[in-house]
Amino acid sequence: MNVPGDATSAASNRAVSVWRPDLFAGVALASSLLIVAFILLPLIEMVFQPSAADLGQTIRDPDVLRAIGLSIWASAAAAVLAFALGTPLAYLLARRSFPGKKLVESVIDLPIMVPHPVVGIAILSMAGRDHWLGRLIGALGVRVMGSVTGIIVVLLFVGLPFYINTAKNGFEAIPLRIETVSRSLGASPAATFFRITVPLAWRSMVVGMIMCTARAVSEFGAIVIVAYHPMTAPVMIYERFSAYGLKYSQPVAVWLILVCLGLFVLLRAFSIKPARFP
Amino acid sequence: MIRLESLHVTLPGFALQSIDLRVAAGEFFVLIGPTGAGKSLVLESIVGVVPITRGRIFVDGRDVTRLPPERRRIGIVYQDQALFPHLTVEKNIAYGLRYGCRDPQDRRRRVPALVKRLALTHLLGRAVTHLSGGEKQRVALARALAVDPAVLLLDEPLSALDPNFREEMREVLKDLHRHMGVTILMVTHDFAETHCLAQRVALIHRGRIEQSGTLEDVFGRPATPFAAEFVGMRNFLPAGFEGRKAHLEGLTLHLARPAPEGARFVGIRPEDLRILTGPPPPGAGNGNRFTATVGPVTFRGFTCDVGLAAGGVRLVAMLPSGEFLAGKVATGEQVSVAVDAAKIHAV
Repeated sequence: MNVPGDATSAASNRAVSVWRPDLFAGVALASSLLIVAFILLPLIEMVFQPSAADLGQTIRDPDVLRAIGLSIWASAAAAVLAFALGTPLAYLLARRSFPGKKLVESVIDLPIMVPHPVVGIAILSMAGRDHWLGRLIGALGVRVMGSVTGIIVVLLFVGLPFYINTAKNGFEAIPLRIETVSRSLGASPAATFFRITVPLAWRSMVVGMIMCTARAVSEFGAIVIVAYHPMTAPVMIYERFSAYGLKYSQPVAVWLILVCLGLFVLLRAFSIKPARFP
Repeated sequence: MIRLESLHVTLPGFALQSIDLRVAAGEFFVLIGPTGAGKSLVLESIVGVVPITRGRIFVDGRDVTRLPPERRRIGIVYQDQALFPHLTVEKNIAYGLRYGCRDPQDRRRRVPALVKRLALTHLLGRAVTHLSGGEKQRVALARALAVDPAVLLLDEPLSALDPNFREEMREVLKDLHRHMGVTILMVTHDFAETHCLAQRVALIHRGRIEQSGTLEDVFGRPATPFAAEFVGMRNFLPAGFEGRKAHLEGLTLHLARPAPEGARFVGIRPEDLRILTGPPPPGAGNGNRFTATVGPVTFRGFTCDVGLAAGGVRLVAMLPSGEFLAGKVATGEQVSVAVDAAKIHAV
């Protein structure tokens, strides 16, 4: 942390509130409006295209309910797994420097860059009977292909970078000195983590889980290869689109958007306040 | 009691080299040095959060070099306090009490006494984020002292405070040291703090201890060119010595006592060089009078630095700005300069 109480620099970082029209500001405003509209328009258009009757009928369809439900709970399960398995690595990356750290960080980001069908193919190739690991987990009675387990594995794979990077940023924001003081007062590294680090970083951890869930809900390309059935919402939307056309896929898409939006607004609402350090 | 034995710490781009330091029980020891000298790194080595390349650290006679921070019994207070922002004042202070409590009886007496002495009683239930700088600093002190550390490390504890709080905190530190017998190792770059608080001082520069000893030793008899410059002896010149005489280039000065063995420099503070503007007072300079040409003048508020050239030697004298402005001294003029033999330090 830098020197506290430097009011001038804090003020100069704040957005300027006096608006003076000039060419630069005009161009900036116009392009900002354009880009926001670019994101919002297709979504709004899609939400208002289906009739209320179609929407009502769709939400009473048990297949649709099951697909949206599966999408959400499998994504949430992936986020919980990312939290449980990714937190130690996020903390390690935030606090230690070691040879090859940049490499590890790049590896964490790989799932963002690898094309989605490739992810599915890669996981499938390891989970099948042709691979020793596939035979091992098969012997344990676990089925990956075409199962909820497979879906969660895929979603964990694509969601992990979002959880780890967000949690890592949260840990990095805590001044190292606070943890040093805790240690000097007699607390072990574990006690320091649970009494100081987690209470100060939990918001970042929750936001990381939300982002991981959001990424997982939107996954299609990898899931469609590992588990076409049981059907998640994106797969169902695609199936209805390719089998019956645009009109039949829209109501499901609208419901998926609405349900997810509601969930994320709810979750973000209680995690919005950023942690403060004196 | 704390002792560092030829401590080496190597970090990328910086190293502590051969740090030897001994702080006696109940002592107030100040480690002073310019920014980037390695002061804070010394404290962090003692706390145990930087890898030590070589050397040993003893706390109360116990070798703690390889121990983790939680087993060293070191208290630390940082400039920015590093309070736990999610805990109240009371919980901050009580944070360490559950670990390795040696004597619960003692703790029940000491913690309330500490809270009272630091005037924190009325703040116990408050959130630490809304306290003033001075209050935060007192909470940090109470938190560190609650666990009864063998030594209290202070990392520039007064630097981030408002000037009005600074004096108050200085008194708090003095009081803690005097009445609670706390052993303190403080790091600072501030002379006033050092003079006010220190019993002994070590001067650190570029990761090495330049000099250590009492205030008089370090500030009165700097042992190296850097020490002399740092403590304000801006006239620091190579010299040859012969009994009580110091031969400078084209200038001979008399000393109050014979130069110590191996001395190679003379040091004179600018304020000890007197430019004689009126008729010389009787006995001025104890025989050390010489003529010099006035060179460039730099204003520093109430005083100004006057460059002087005497023989082949360039000196800086300090003069009240008023005297220069009154035209008593002018650049290019010849002036008479006097310096007391006792103010010339052979180093």
